[in-house]
Amino acid sequence: MELSRRRFLQISSATVTGLAAVTSLSSITKGAKKIEEKTGKPAKGIQKIPTYCDLCFWKCSAVAYLKDGELWKIEGHTNDPLSNGRLCPRGTGGVGAHYDKDRLKTPLIRKSERGEEKWVSVTWTEALDYIADKMEKIKIEYGPESMALFSHGVGGTFLKHMIKAFGSPNETAPSFAQCRGPRETGFELTFGDIVGSPERTDIENTKCMVLIGSHLGENMHNTQVQEFAKANKKGATFIVVDPRFSTAASKAKYYLPIKPGTDIALLLAWMNVIVNENLYDKDYVEKYGFGFEQFAYEIKDYTPEWAYPRTGIDPKVIRETAYEMAKHKPATIVHPGRRTTWYGDDSQRSRAIALLNALLGSWGRKGGFFMPTKLSIPSYPYPEYPKPERGRVDNPDERFPFAKGELLANGIREATITGNPYPVKGWIIYATNLLQAIPNQEETIKAIQNLDLMVVVDVVPSEIAGWADVVLPESVYLERYDELNISPFKEGFVSIRQPVVDEPSHQKPNWWIAKELGKRLGLKKYFPWNDIEDYLDTRLKSVGLSLERLKKEGVVKAPKQPIYFEDGVQPNFWTPSGKIEFYSLQLKEKGFDPVPKFTEPESPPPGYFRLLMGRAPVHTFAKTQSNPILKDMMEENSVWINNDIAMRYGLKSGDYIKLKNTDGVVSNKVKVKATERIRPDSVYMVHGFGQRSKMLKSTYLKGASDAQLTTKYKLDPLMGGTAMNVNFVTFEREA
Amino acid sequence: MARYGMAIDTKLCVGCMDCVVACKTENNVPEGYNRDWITEEAFGKFPNINLEIRSERCNHCENAPCVSSCPTGASHYHDIGGVVLVEYNECIGCKACIASCPYDARFIHPDGYADKCTFCIHRVEEGKDPACVSVCPTNCMIFGDLDDPNSEISKQLNSRKHHSLKPVAGTNPKIFYLT
Amino acid sequence: MHEITTTRNNHLIDPSLEIWGWEIPVYLFLGGMVAGMMIITGYFLFKQRQTEETCSCRYVPWVSLVLLSLGMFALFLDLEHKLFTWRLYTTFQVTSPMSWGAWILIIVYPAILVTILITPPKWLVEKFPVVKKYSEWLNERKIWIKNIGVANMILGAMLGMYTGILLSSLGARPLWNTSILWLLFLVSGLSGAAAFVHMVAKNVYERELLAKADNGFLTFELFVIALMIIGLLTSTQVHQEAAMLILTGPYAATFWVFVVGIGIIIPLIIQLMAVNHKVNHTPWAPIMVIVGGLILRFVIVEAGQVSSWF
Repeated sequence: MELSRRRFLQISSATVTGLAAVTSLSSITKGAKKIEEKTGKPAKGIQKIPTYCDLCFWKCSAVAYLKDGELWKIEGHTNDPLSNGRLCPRGTGGVGAHYDKDRLKTPLIRKSERGEEKWVSVTWTEALDYIADKMEKIKIEYGPESMALFSHGVGGTFLKHMIKAFGSPNETAPSFAQCRGPRETGFELTFGDIVGSPERTDIENTKCMVLIGSHLGENMHNTQVQEFAKANKKGATFIVVDPRFSTAASKAKYYLPIKPGTDIALLLAWMNVIVNENLYDKDYVEKYGFGFEQFAYEIKDYTPEWAYPRTGIDPKVIRETAYEMAKHKPATIVHPGRRTTWYGDDSQRSRAIALLNALLGSWGRKGGFFMPTKLSIPSYPYPEYPKPERGRVDNPDERFPFAKGELLANGIREATITGNPYPVKGWIIYATNLLQAIPNQEETIKAIQNLDLMVVVDVVPSEIAGWADVVLPESVYLERYDELNISPFKEGFVSIRQPVVDEPSHQKPNWWIAKELGKRLGLKKYFPWNDIEDYLDTRLKSVGLSLERLKKEGVVKAPKQPIYFEDGVQPNFWTPSGKIEFYSLQLKEKGFDPVPKFTEPESPPPGYFRLLMGRAPVHTFAKTQSNPILKDMMEENSVWINNDIAMRYGLKSGDYIKLKNTDGVVSNKVKVKATERIRPDSVYMVHGFGQRSKMLKSTYLKGASDAQLTTKYKLDPLMGGTAMNVNFVTFEREA
Repeated sequence: MARYGMAIDTKLCVGCMDCVVACKTENNVPEGYNRDWITEEAFGKFPNINLEIRSERCNHCENAPCVSSCPTGASHYHDIGGVVLVEYNECIGCKACIASCPYDARFIHPDGYADKCTFCIHRVEEGKDPACVSVCPTNCMIFGDLDDPNSEISKQLNSRKHHSLKPVAGTNPKIFYLT
Repeated sequence: MHEITTTRNNHLIDPSLEIWGWEIPVYLFLGGMVAGMMIITGYFLFKQRQTEETCSCRYVPWVSLVLLSLGMFALFLDLEHKLFTWRLYTTFQVTSPMSWGAWILIIVYPAILVTILITPPKWLVEKFPVVKKYSEWLNERKIWIKNIGVANMILGAMLGMYTGILLSSLGARPLWNTSILWLLFLVSGLSGAAAFVHMVAKNVYERELLAKADNGFLTFELFVIALMIIGLLTSTQVHQEAAMLILTGPYAATFWVFVVGIGIIIPLIIQLMAVNHKVNHTPWAPIMVIVGGLILRFVIVEAGQVSSWF
C-alpha cells in the first residue's frame, strides 16, 4: 500500500452552499487605517480587524485591535472553532511580534565568512536578483532538484509552490522528522491514517485521558488546553506518565514517574492487562481489527510484573490505570503526543499507543479520536508542476521504508554533506531556525559549508540567519495576507489572515517574495494572479465566498458534519488489510517487529543525567524569545534538577551553572531550578533558549540551548526521525 | 451596591500566563512590570507531589493597608464594587502603599506613581470581564459580585472549598482560590 | 518539601523589596536627631536656661533647622511622583502615618523658628530689626518661653515617635511590625541628639548633664532593642524569621558591630568613664553614637524590606 499524506484524514467535506449567516463583528473596517481617508487626520478610536494567528502552527482566529491607528491588542475570534474567542498567551502577546526591536529591516547579503554575521544592506531587487542568479546557476550545473526548501508554517505556502514550479521535490520541514513524524507513522501503520494537526483528539468529551510525556498546559495547543480544562471540570480521569511532574501531572489522578525510554514496556503491560482480562472493546476489535490473535499472543508475557523493573512503575498502579482506561472506553484517549522524537523506537512506541487506543475502541468515537471534517475549497488552478528528473534526496534507497509522505529535514542535511544520492547546493529556509530544530548543530553547519546558496526568510535574525548568504526580512503575520486556513477539525471552517498594520520598515510578505523570485526564474505562468488578494478571492469565489466577506467576518464555518462512527461516519482504514492492523504484515515484510517490542534504553553514565526538553506556555520553539511581551514573561530558561541531586552537587535554585554533555559540549550558563518535580536521573529544560545570534540582541545568550547539547541523536529505523532525548549532561560550576 | 471579587479555580489553572499577557496588552503595563503573575506552590517529595497553581494580583482587600497608609488619599476604594484603585494624579510616589501590601501587588510605574491591578474597571464598567478573566484558555477565573447570591462567583464560593492568600494579614482579600 | 515559585519580577519589588534606598534611612535618622534636639532644647527652655550666654538652646535650633531641611530634602528625593508632592497638604489622612508626619513637620518648622526668635543672633537682628521687637516681646513673657519649651518637647516626641510609627504601621513587613519601634527610634534620636549637644556644648554643666543623660538613653536603648528582639522572637514564625535577619542573618554583622557595639556599648563605656572622670570627654564617643544611630536606621529599613510574610 502507499502510505501517503494525500490520504491525510478521511475528510467529510462540506460545501458552503446553505451556510448559515454568520454574525459579523461590529465596526469592521477594510484594514488598518492610520489616517482617516476623509479628513486626512490621524485615525481616532478603536478599529477591529479579524485575522488568524501565527505565533504557532495552531492558526487560531483572532481579532486585532487598533487604538487611534496604532496596534493595541489581539483577542480570540469568538466564531473560531480553534480559539473559541480565547487565544493562548503567545497569541495574546502576538502584538509584540510587530513591535520587536530586533526585527530584520532590509534584505542583507553576507560580506564575509559564513556565520560571521557581517552584512551589507541591499535593496529587494539586488537581493532577489542575486538569489535568482545563483538558483539558475545551480539549476544549470546540478539540476533543479539540487535546490531544497526548509519551510515551517503556513507562510511557506508560496515558496513551496515556487520550489515545486522550479522543479525540485525537496521541500521539507523539521515538523516531521524532528517532531510529529513517528506519531504519524505509528498511527498510519495501525489505522491507515495519521493523527494530523490540529490533533483529532476529542478531549472535551473524554472521560479518561492518558498523557505520555505530553505536557498539555505547558505546551499551549490552544484548543487542546481549553478542552483539557473542560474535561477536567467534567471530572475526567487523567493519567500522566512523565519523568517530570508536569503541570498536567498536577491535574492527574495517577502520576506515573516512568524511567525515561521505557514507555513501550508500560504500554505493552497495559495492553497485556486489557487483553488478558478481556477488558478491550470486543465488538470493535472484531469488526475492525486485523491480526488480533497474533497480537494477543505476542504480548502475552508482558505482564505488569514484567514491566515493573523496566519502568519503575508499581504493577498495582499499572493494573489500576489499565482498569481505569477500560472502564471509560471508548471515551478514553491515550494521547499520541506531538513531538515524539525521543529514544529511537518512536514509531513503534507511537504504534503501541495506537494499538492501545484500538483496544479501547477510541478511534472514531466520541471522547476518543474524532474524524475531522473540513470546508472544501479547491486549490488555485495552477498549471501542472514540472516532473523532477530525480526523486527526493532525503531517503536514498528507501533506507527508511516508512518515511513516506513528508521529507526528512535531516535526510536533506545528510545529502548536502555527502552529495549522495545527488548534490544539494542551495537551501532556502523559511521561518525555521534549523540550528535549534535539527539535532547536532555541527552537522548542520557542515552541510551549510557545502552550499552555493543559502537564503533565510524570516521576521527576526534567527541563529540560522547568521549563516545565510542572503537574509530576506519578512512582514510579520499582522502585516500580511497568507494562504487561507482550512484546517480539518471538529467542524469545517475557513479563516483569513490579513494585514492589520503596515510593515515598520522594508519587510515584505512571503507571497510577494515568492512571486518576485518566480518572475526572475522564468516561472511567470505559475504566478498568474496579480497579488494575493486576487489569489484569495479566486479561491474563495470558487465556493461562493469572497475575499470581501472573509475580510469582514474573519471566519466562515461550514454546517456541522458527523465526526464519530456512531454518528454515521463510515469507518475506513487505509491499511493493506483495510482494517486496524494489530499485527502488521508490512512491518514484518520490511524486517521490523509486527507488534512493538521493548528494548532497554541506555542508562546515563555515572555523574551524568538524561537531558529532557519541553515547552513553556509563553514561547514557541526558538522563534518568540525576542518578542518583547513574551520575553517579559520568560526571558531565560532554567534547568530542573532533582532536589537531592542538587544538594549533592551543592546547587540551589537561582545558581547559574553550565551543562556539559558526553561529547564535551558545554552550554551557556543557565539558572538552576532545584525541585522535587523531576526524577533524580534526568534534568529538564525548556527548548528554544541560549540563542547565539548576535543580531538578535534581546535574547543573545539568555539561558541555555538544549539543541546545542543534543549532539547525539538516534534515527528511527522505520521513518528516519531524529530521536533527541538520548543525550546526557553533567554540571559545571559557572566560573 | 456590588462588591467585586474574583474566584480562581486552581484545579483548572495551568499557569500559562495568558492572564499576565492579556493584562499587559490591555493596560499597557510597561516592560519589566506585571500587575498579575503566576505562583506555583508544591508540597511533597517526588513523586508524591501536590502542586497548586495560582493566578495572583492585587486582592482588592476590604481592609486594604495600602489605602490606610496612603498620605494623600490617592489609594482609595472605588465607588463601584469596592475596587481598590490609585488616582495617579494624587499619588506622590512615597511607596508607603507598596511597603504596606502583604501581597507585593504594587509597583512604581516608570512614570512615578504607584500602580497595580484595577480589576480592569474600565472594562467592568462596560459590562465586560477583566482582561485576564476573559482571555483564560482554561476558563478558570470567575469575576463577579460577592454580594449577589445568584452570581457565579457566589455560587462557586458557596459550594466549593476555597482559600485566600495570607488571611493572617487581616486584610480581607477579595480574591479566592478554589481547591 | 515546600517549593514556591512566582513569575512576578517587578522592578524594586522582587525578589525582595528595594523601594527605599539611602534617602528614607537618612530622613528617619535626621528626623530622629531633630526630635532629640527639640526635646533637649525644650527642656532647657523649660528650665529657663535661655538666659545663659552659652546655653545650647541658643544654637541647637539652628542645627535642627538645617538637619530637618536636609531630612525633608532626602524625603523629597525619595518621592517618585515629585510634581504631585503638594497633594500631601490638600488632605489629612487620619490612618496614614505619612500624612501625620507631613503635618507634624509643618508644625515643627514654626516651632523651631519661634525658638530661634527667643534668642536671635546678632546678625539676624541687625538685618531684620523687626526680629528684635518680637524677641523682646517674647522675653517679657517667661511663661510663653516655658510653653515654647514644652511645645518643643511635645513636638520633638511626636516627631521622634512618628519616624518609628511610619515603619511599624506597614504591617506587611514583620521586622517593622513591632509596636515598640517608635520607642526605639525616639530613644535613639534622643541619644544621638544628646551625644551631639554633649559634643558641641560650650557650657560645662550642659556637657556633663548631657553625657549623663546620653548614658541613660543608651542604656535604655539597649533595653528597648532587647525588648524588640524578644517581642519578635516570641511572635509568629515570620516575625521570628525577621528577627533572625538582624540577629544571625545577612544584617547581623552590621547590626552587632555598628549598631550595638560601636553605636551603643563602646561609647557608653567611654562616657561612663568620662562622667566618672576616669578619662577626658572625647568627641569620639558622641560621633560613634551618632553614626550608630544612622546605621540603625539603615539596618532597620533594609532588613525590614527583606522581611516578608512568606
